[in-house]
Amino acid sequence: MKILVSVKRVIDYNVKVRVKADHTAVDLTNVKMSMNPFCEIAVEEAIRLKEKGIASEVVVVSVGSKACQETLRTAMALGADRAIQVETEDGLDSLSVAKLIAKVAQEEAADLVIMGKQAIDSDNNQTGQMVAALLDYPQATFASEVVIENGEAQTAQEIKVTREVDGGLQTLAITLPAVVTTDLRLNEPRFASLPNIMKAKKKPLDVKTPADLGVEVGSNVSIVSVTPPPQRAGGIKVGSVAELVDKLKNEAKVVS
Amino acid sequence: MSVLIIAEHDNKSLKPATLNTVTAATQIHADVHVLVVGFECQTVVEQSSQVVGVSKVLVADNAVYEHQLAENVSKLIVEVAKGYEHILAPATTTGKNTLPRVAALLNVAQLSDVIKVESADTFVRPIYAGNAIATVKTTDAVKVLTVRATGFDAAASTGGNAEREVLSHVIASDRSRFVKEQLAESDRPELTAASVIISGGRGMGNGDNFKLLEGVADKLGAAIGASRAAVDAGFVPNDLQVGQTGKTVAPDLYIAVGISGAIQHLAGMKDSKVIVAINKDEDAPIFQVADYGLVADLFDAVPELEKSL
Repeated sequence: MKILVSVKRVIDYNVKVRVKADHTAVDLTNVKMSMNPFCEIAVEEAIRLKEKGIASEVVVVSVGSKACQETLRTAMALGADRAIQVETEDGLDSLSVAKLIAKVAQEEAADLVIMGKQAIDSDNNQTGQMVAALLDYPQATFASEVVIENGEAQTAQEIKVTREVDGGLQTLAITLPAVVTTDLRLNEPRFASLPNIMKAKKKPLDVKTPADLGVEVGSNVSIVSVTPPPQRAGGIKVGSVAELVDKLKNEAKVVS
Repeated sequence: MSVLIIAEHDNKSLKPATLNTVTAATQIHADVHVLVVGFECQTVVEQSSQVVGVSKVLVADNAVYEHQLAENVSKLIVEVAKGYEHILAPATTTGKNTLPRVAALLNVAQLSDVIKVESADTFVRPIYAGNAIATVKTTDAVKVLTVRATGFDAAASTGGNAEREVLSHVIASDRSRFVKEQLAESDRPELTAASVIISGGRGMGNGDNFKLLEGVADKLGAAIGASRAAVDAGFVPNDLQVGQTGKTVAPDLYIAVGISGAIQHLAGMKDSKVIVAINKDEDAPIFQVADYGLVADLFDAVPELEKSL
């Protein structure tokens, strides 16, 4: 079984986000960038399937400027076999990205596409579902467990995926080829070892353009403004539980 | 043109997030229709037709729609979408699962987690876990939006009298099937619908100590939540998680117990009307957003709070 994993280069999750003074975007100059955490989980899941002998090859794809090659190298240091960068401007809209990934999935004849459930920059939570829709594949989003039985998985085989839904867990059986998007509890990603980081530099990395893939990119959505969130005014400290209850009853009037 | 809303329900009852979505829809256009896709969901249809602001309820009731799988439901919505300029669903796991497929099939963008309607084509949504707020304008012929319930008041659930239309088209889902679900059983209100929430963090120490919160929750009719730190530490299951990677809540009263206030947690609860923080570390960032902060050992303060309510 061949697995395609998409990865996105985003602002590191530990970095404090600042909005540009002209309110056009978030300031990304000289900010540490990393692989989107949900994408790390996707890479890890694919590598584990390869280590179990279920996957034969793990291909990673990223859509963006040349800088995202760094993210692809990271994925290969973690264990992916080869990489494809689709060269575009950064910050492309989700539907365009989905069209590009769907095309790559088709060209690669991937049996399973694993993607993060959302990127921590745009917080859209939609690209995986869009890829599945464009290819008319079934999907299992927000996965916390992926079970593939009988060793070497074949296309048209069913896989069982447990999903994190509001109020609990739901398990679906979906037929390959399919799209799975990862939630936090699916696994704990490993760290890349130094020898593997060195090895990853020699693994193949292809660069393609949207034109190579025959995909037209662009969106009808424009950003009017990006502003900092309203600041919550700090409150007061109370000295005791009795004072707290009194404030809640008589000042805030949220407790009767 | 009318706005179409996809109802959030479990075949038994209409979920409150739908009511907030109705309010968002009425800010776009006065004529709001609701689509109920499910199986043996007559009560949901009944409830939907009584929501104030809804003029029509479309119903697709068939066994193939019982678990609202994204594959066939999205295709059904695309068929119904002809004649609508806006398609909205609550930003629940069901809405988030299905609506992007609808957008892709219609070849348009989806605007996720909308918290404010500026006009029929301009919407406000949080990005970077709520650390930035984007106002976006779309010229797509059909605007597909998921709506964050906490951004809008709930429409009145009774008083309306919408007409009904039955959809007979059945689309099967042949490559995706439901196996099972394990839903947390609780007498308490659902986190996203509760007017009072008491949440515990890493400071709770272990899962057993969450029982301390139950006493307060019982007295206040509150839901119990948790920070990601408490979930990751294995104290409580993930469906209690409030935050960027969990649920977004905005109750009238939010009580944070032993929660330091990581950005990831604040993103999920900072729109609460009144925030109370109980923490023994007086420098914890949670105090910067709390209306009432109590620097105290939670193991003393929480039992005392329970007694004094």
